[in-house]
Amino acid sequence: MRQAYNFAFFDEGSKREIRRAVLKAIAIPGYQVPFASREMPIARGWGTGGLQLTLSLIGRDDVVKVIDQGSDESVNAVSIKKLITKTTGVRTVEDTREATLIQSRHRIPEVPLGEGQILVLQVPLPEPLRPYEPSERETKKLHAEKEYSGAWLMLFEQIVKYGMTATGADHPVMVHGRYVMAPSPIPRFDNPKMNFSRALILLGAGREKKVYAVPPYTRVVSLDFEDVPFRTESFEGVRCRQCGAEGVFMDELVDEETGEVYHQCNDTSYCLGRLNRREVS
Amino acid sequence: MTESPLLTVRNLTKRYGTGCVNCLGPRPARLMKNVCPECGTVTACRDISFDLYPGEVLGIVGESGSGKSTLMRCLYFEEEVTEGEAYIRAFEDGKRNVFRESSQKKRYIRNHLLGKVYQNPLLGLRMNFSSVGNIAEKLIAAGVRNVGRIMARGEELLAHVNIPVHRMKEVPAHFSGGMQQRVQIAKALSTNPPVLLLDEVTTGLDLIVQASVLDLVKILQRELNVAMIVVSHDLAVIRMLADRTMVMLNGAVVEQGLTDQILEDPQHPYTQELVHSLL
Repeated sequence: MRQAYNFAFFDEGSKREIRRAVLKAIAIPGYQVPFASREMPIARGWGTGGLQLTLSLIGRDDVVKVIDQGSDESVNAVSIKKLITKTTGVRTVEDTREATLIQSRHRIPEVPLGEGQILVLQVPLPEPLRPYEPSERETKKLHAEKEYSGAWLMLFEQIVKYGMTATGADHPVMVHGRYVMAPSPIPRFDNPKMNFSRALILLGAGREKKVYAVPPYTRVVSLDFEDVPFRTESFEGVRCRQCGAEGVFMDELVDEETGEVYHQCNDTSYCLGRLNRREVS
Repeated sequence: MTESPLLTVRNLTKRYGTGCVNCLGPRPARLMKNVCPECGTVTACRDISFDLYPGEVLGIVGESGSGKSTLMRCLYFEEEVTEGEAYIRAFEDGKRNVFRESSQKKRYIRNHLLGKVYQNPLLGLRMNFSSVGNIAEKLIAAGVRNVGRIMARGEELLAHVNIPVHRMKEVPAHFSGGMQQRVQIAKALSTNPPVLLLDEVTTGLDLIVQASVLDLVKILQRELNVAMIVVSHDLAVIRMLADRTMVMLNGAVVEQGLTDQILEDPQHPYTQELVHSLL
């Protein structure tokens, strides 16, 4: 096979530049490190930030898993997987436990991650204060001075309007007691998984040219008020129709023929794993 | 009894430009108003010193471009001063020059010890956040993290400034100019700051609304005993509110004293002109 590209698509200089940004991001948990986001063969906004992290970190021994909103088989996940295997030849898997490098869009897998694993999250909007303050120059100052009234104010406004904090996803978190961070649009359900995570979590925003990180065993606290504490989405009394799982993040679906509402695990590889094990036993 | 001042300002100077031999120093030789003809430097505030005592209202009058607003912006740390010192009694016992503090400390002072009401509500309010949210912003900045308490305080303050409680969740963008100004006042007062800065609060409002806003300021001053610095080019406003008055011209204070004295017996030619041009 004739190779038109360097290993992992990037030239070595680019990989080094991105890795340097990653090292800085790990050294300052939650701080957004600017980096020179590369042109990619996919459009910005389609996971270029995550993909650049993955490609700059990947080695021949890595085992890669790519998820898009919990699914291993959606178009975006498959395209990214194809690009990775075509330019590196590494193995891709669906089993979370087997993977060393997991790139994900908008979910943290249900299977707890372990030491030695790296989770790469794709980020559309890395700045948690952006809706409050449009100017980057100003938000940089706010971060520098640890002035996060804006983040709480946005939650307060939701309480005023809806009687509760209504962030569907991307509920802001305080990392290591210093920086307020956008956890990428993961559901609130996944926020607690970041707290003292055994795996390294890296977040990359390709369009906004920012990289940030939650190192292993770092305190990550979701912002809330004393009398309106942070709550995850509740799936009480809900079971997955396929595998019967409880207490995981569910998709609500409607059977078009009967009109019946049913639930299914959002994390497809978790669901499949349970089904397979049931068949074996 | 001698009271100690809440706020002491000494030799505050704000220059835009590098300055040169001609315009530096307390008594420059030739200036075109406050612009140096040699180097083009604008001296917006020159060597301003004053004290503000508890519960007192200090008025600042002067024409447009005389440096009133720049002075206020410097006091609220929106501009860096070029030279000068300020001491706030409630901060480190008034022993540290607040202009030399770090930006975090300045933010602390602004969030906890000061309140400011702008001429333009766009500057003081977030037009797309609810009115109570605007008040919450200042309270959250001062460390309150309890929705119940913020709501209660917001309701209390908005009632105080005559905003109907059923409109507290509305955005100020829907309000009239006078209402916006009253929401601004409520926001500035939310943390009970010892010092309130009012920058041309009634300019651009119609006469009746003007009167109601002034009334409100007067009542709040009497009830809460807040010390205020009131900037206006309108002598009627100053006469109604201020105990003492400073007159500014081209960035410098040309005259100061009791408001009555200044209005009845102005000494400086500019003040005389100002008083005589009062309709």
